[in-house]
Amino acid sequence: MLYRENGQFKSSYRADQQIFPILQDRVFIIAVLALAFVAVPLLASDYLFRAILIPFLIFSLAAVGVNILVGYCGQISLGSGAFMAVGAYGAYNFFARVPGMPLVPALILGGLCATAFGILFGLPSLRVRGLYLAVATLAAQFFADWMFLRIKWFTLDTPSGSVAVSNLQVLGLPLESAVSKYLFCLAVLVVIALLAKNLVRGAIGREWMAIRDMDVAAAVIGIRPMYAKLSAFAVSSFIIGVAGALWAFIYLGAWEPSAFSVDYSFRLLFMVIIGGLGSIMGSFFGAAFIVVLPIALNQFLPVLAGVFGLQISTVGISHAELMIFGALIVWFLIVEPHGLAKLWSTAKQKLQLWPFPH
Amino acid sequence: MKLKSLALAAAAVSALAGTAPAFAQAKEQFIPVLSYRTGAYAPNGAPWANGFVDYLKLVNARGGLNGVKLSFEECETGYDTARSVECYERLKSKGASFVQPLSTGATFAITEKAPADKIPVLTIGYGRSESADGTVFKWNFPIAGTYWVASDAILQAIGKKEGGLDKLKGKKIALVYHDSPYGKEPIPLLQERAKMLGFELQLLPVTAPGVEQKATWLQVRQNRPDYVLLWGWGVMNSTAIKEAQATGYPREKMYGVWWAGAEPDVKDVGDGAKGYNAVTMQHGAEPQSKLVKDVLAMVHDKGQGTGPKGDVGQVLYMRGAMSAMIGVEGIRAAQERFGKGKVMTGEQVRWGLENLNLTQAKLDALGFSGVMRPISTSCADHMGASWARIHTWDGAKWNFTSDWLQGDEQIIKPLVRSTAAKYASEKKLTPRTPDDCQS
Amino acid sequence: MAFFLETTFGGLMVGMLYALVALGFVLIFKASGVFNFAQGAMVLFAALAMARFSEWLPQWTGIENRWFANIAAFVLAGLVMFVTAWVIERLVLRHLVNQEGATLLLATLGIAYFIDGLGQTLFGSNIYKIDIGLPKDPIFVFDSLFQGGILINKEDLIAAAIAAALVLALSLFFQKTSTGRALRAVADDHQAAQSIGIPLARIWVIVWCVAGVVALVAGMIWGSKLGVQFSLATVALRALPVVILGGLTSVPGAIIGGLIIGVGEKLSEVYLGPYVGGGIEIWFAYVLALVFLLFRPQGLFGEKIIDRV
Repeated sequence: MLYRENGQFKSSYRADQQIFPILQDRVFIIAVLALAFVAVPLLASDYLFRAILIPFLIFSLAAVGVNILVGYCGQISLGSGAFMAVGAYGAYNFFARVPGMPLVPALILGGLCATAFGILFGLPSLRVRGLYLAVATLAAQFFADWMFLRIKWFTLDTPSGSVAVSNLQVLGLPLESAVSKYLFCLAVLVVIALLAKNLVRGAIGREWMAIRDMDVAAAVIGIRPMYAKLSAFAVSSFIIGVAGALWAFIYLGAWEPSAFSVDYSFRLLFMVIIGGLGSIMGSFFGAAFIVVLPIALNQFLPVLAGVFGLQISTVGISHAELMIFGALIVWFLIVEPHGLAKLWSTAKQKLQLWPFPH
Repeated sequence: MKLKSLALAAAAVSALAGTAPAFAQAKEQFIPVLSYRTGAYAPNGAPWANGFVDYLKLVNARGGLNGVKLSFEECETGYDTARSVECYERLKSKGASFVQPLSTGATFAITEKAPADKIPVLTIGYGRSESADGTVFKWNFPIAGTYWVASDAILQAIGKKEGGLDKLKGKKIALVYHDSPYGKEPIPLLQERAKMLGFELQLLPVTAPGVEQKATWLQVRQNRPDYVLLWGWGVMNSTAIKEAQATGYPREKMYGVWWAGAEPDVKDVGDGAKGYNAVTMQHGAEPQSKLVKDVLAMVHDKGQGTGPKGDVGQVLYMRGAMSAMIGVEGIRAAQERFGKGKVMTGEQVRWGLENLNLTQAKLDALGFSGVMRPISTSCADHMGASWARIHTWDGAKWNFTSDWLQGDEQIIKPLVRSTAAKYASEKKLTPRTPDDCQS
Repeated sequence: MAFFLETTFGGLMVGMLYALVALGFVLIFKASGVFNFAQGAMVLFAALAMARFSEWLPQWTGIENRWFANIAAFVLAGLVMFVTAWVIERLVLRHLVNQEGATLLLATLGIAYFIDGLGQTLFGSNIYKIDIGLPKDPIFVFDSLFQGGILINKEDLIAAAIAAALVLALSLFFQKTSTGRALRAVADDHQAAQSIGIPLARIWVIVWCVAGVVALVAGMIWGSKLGVQFSLATVALRALPVVILGGLTSVPGAIIGGLIIGVGEKLSEVYLGPYVGGGIEIWFAYVLALVFLLFRPQGLFGEKIIDRV
């Protein structure tokens, strides 16, 4: 009763087609952006930036990419770790080999390398479907693992295979402090998320969703499956590649091929499913959940044990983390299989009726 | 809204955590312990961590460092670089004296961050071999040995067996290595030596974690190398020895690095590993040493022991204890200059580690007599010693089967210098001046 | 030539061992439509249970006989897997009926993490030994035909024989017993099976239990080869190409797929590997499976996916 979304009529096509047609949504987004760009840098501590916020931003970006492929186009892919790796190494090669290459073009070129790789390993999706495709994309993962270990050219012929970047700067401003890194990642995330949101509500997004729902019927009505599936792979791997490059450049600083193991592929898939398939907002929720949970468990469990008067060793905490993580995932999937985004929209629906029960 | 609630929640959590017993109070020297007790490398990481923490407890039991007690906190990394970086970020704000990543991958990542954070990186027996050059790597300390020392020592031991290094000409030596920066470390030195001595080097990578090696060992069987060098970690080691047994390759001809020559690697195989050799970084399994007796008396008997009593004195346990000892002695050396009985900062500890002078008398007093040889670091040389020995598994325990060997400085030093110079030019670092060495 | 035969034999035998792990995947998918990503964790859990029980039983009962310890440990571990199966069905599967494939997949992944943590908490995270008396030394055959003979690993041979016996037993179980028929009915169509009175929940418990016992046998054999420790769970990732090559719903497919992948892996590593620097086994297996999938998108023996528009 108090929160009303109705009664907002548009009088021009332009107004009707805007990305956030409802006033409350616009207000909400502006509030979030203001908080993210202004309030958080003033309030958060250094550790919070380095350990929680920056990984959250980078993984949300990657989750947006994975959501486009898995949630909007319905192609289950377990090769996301490989796309991150290709993006990272691609960006590194452009950054290190081309003298004077600025950071942002290097990231974009890294994303384009990931696109090429993604299209190549997305070709099987034209023939193979469902769980078979999921396992087939693991080929991309293991191939990328091997490629960066064996082909020395990619790692600039270092004997160890480990690479590092330093002295990052954007338009002359150095990216040294945690706040500057945070703001840079946030800017990249906002731009790409906006572009993604526009893509999925356009024609190409509708084609993806048609392929997801029933690809045979989609082909019958004239949607070309090859074009739709490969474009999903392309866009998704671009975004994941940029996220991988950010992860390597901004968070790790120095990395080796095993930094992008199959574990990342699983984690990204978790984020997307927990957050909600087919929803850009869901990617953010899922990323927040998966990034914060291990750290929160790590900090919270000894305190909890202390309340009961027990001492837990680091081993015990590790094992308990694993168990609680697994149990929470399963519990969450049972309680809300459509993810946190569904909870969010249910909450909004309830809000529209509040304070009445029905 | 999401971020704000996140920030508030995180603040609440850290406030709660802060009410837990606070470490690093005014008069305590804080040492972060990055370890792995879970995951694929746990059987090897856990004894090391036990030795490390037990030694710190022993120092406290002996009265601390000129009255300053040591405090420490373990952080589980699972041998994963990203988690190691997260642990490092979390613990460095507590006033870390030095950091020991215990993983070559994490070493690479933390090397980039440590100079800005002013925390010395102690990599005892692992890490980058070229970081022995202190004029380029101001904050890295691969004290007591690097992988180039290890591989050179193995070659010398093989040479002794053959009757002279020149007898290696025309022989075949295979390197079965963990496909990671750790496993690739010895390759430059081995290639250099292959050119010098005329033996054929065959490189056989094993994809981590090295669970299935049949194809590798079939290739070994096909090529019939005269010697096989094993550069593995975790389950890869015991699997390699088992596959060697299954394909009939004589274990006496296998030489492992010091991370592939410990009890977890061979106990499982038992008699099948009889004759397997490994190079040791000065110490082996030392159940008879004075240090072990002290630890058992002052730590384990008081119920303060970390891990099972059976671990005490084993190879990896001793390595952990030795790593802790070197770090603590670095702090003590810093105290000599900057104030006895005071808590040292990272920069001061760095000076201490760079000016370490552990004479045999000092080592004996600490309980390492017969276990270690003197270590002396300097501005240019962050390694300090390059002694090694070979020990062999007889089915039940390790026995030393060689004299003290030393890495050949004529070969290693130029290689270190050139590789470090390459790093410096890539990073656009200026090597340190002699004045800087005095600070 | 001799070396080629050695490599092929070795590949065939490793393939049988992969097939053993793949069998677990196939069984569960056949009967409940769930792709059980927790199979690797179950293999590890079962192996840990057996290893620790065989260590503890002599301490608890005082009987030192190794055969007794091993057999009793096997039975106890089997019981543990039965309890696990029952708990999984009760707490997880029952509530996730009719969900999408991706959701079920991730639920099993969550179960995998849980079992990983539980196994290490209950049984420890060191390397443990399973000693079922398998011989470790190789034998050399045909040394009249080939100089030096062809190397055959006795342990692998016996393990392959055990795997073959298990497959035979499972095939008989599915074909000849009424429970087997019920399982096949459920695999065909859940609702039809329910409508003729087959208790779905009990069938699922039975299937997961059988898969658990298969995981136990696989864990026992791999554990005897490698020692029981955490990396054992990664064997499942090596067995996945076998599953998709043979078809997600076919038991003979798992065996044939295993043999193909095993031989393909070893031959590629030994003959192609040196040209590209080595280490290509793992991705080659996946690419090989992928190539087969391009010709038969549902695996060699899998059910054709039929879409009704």
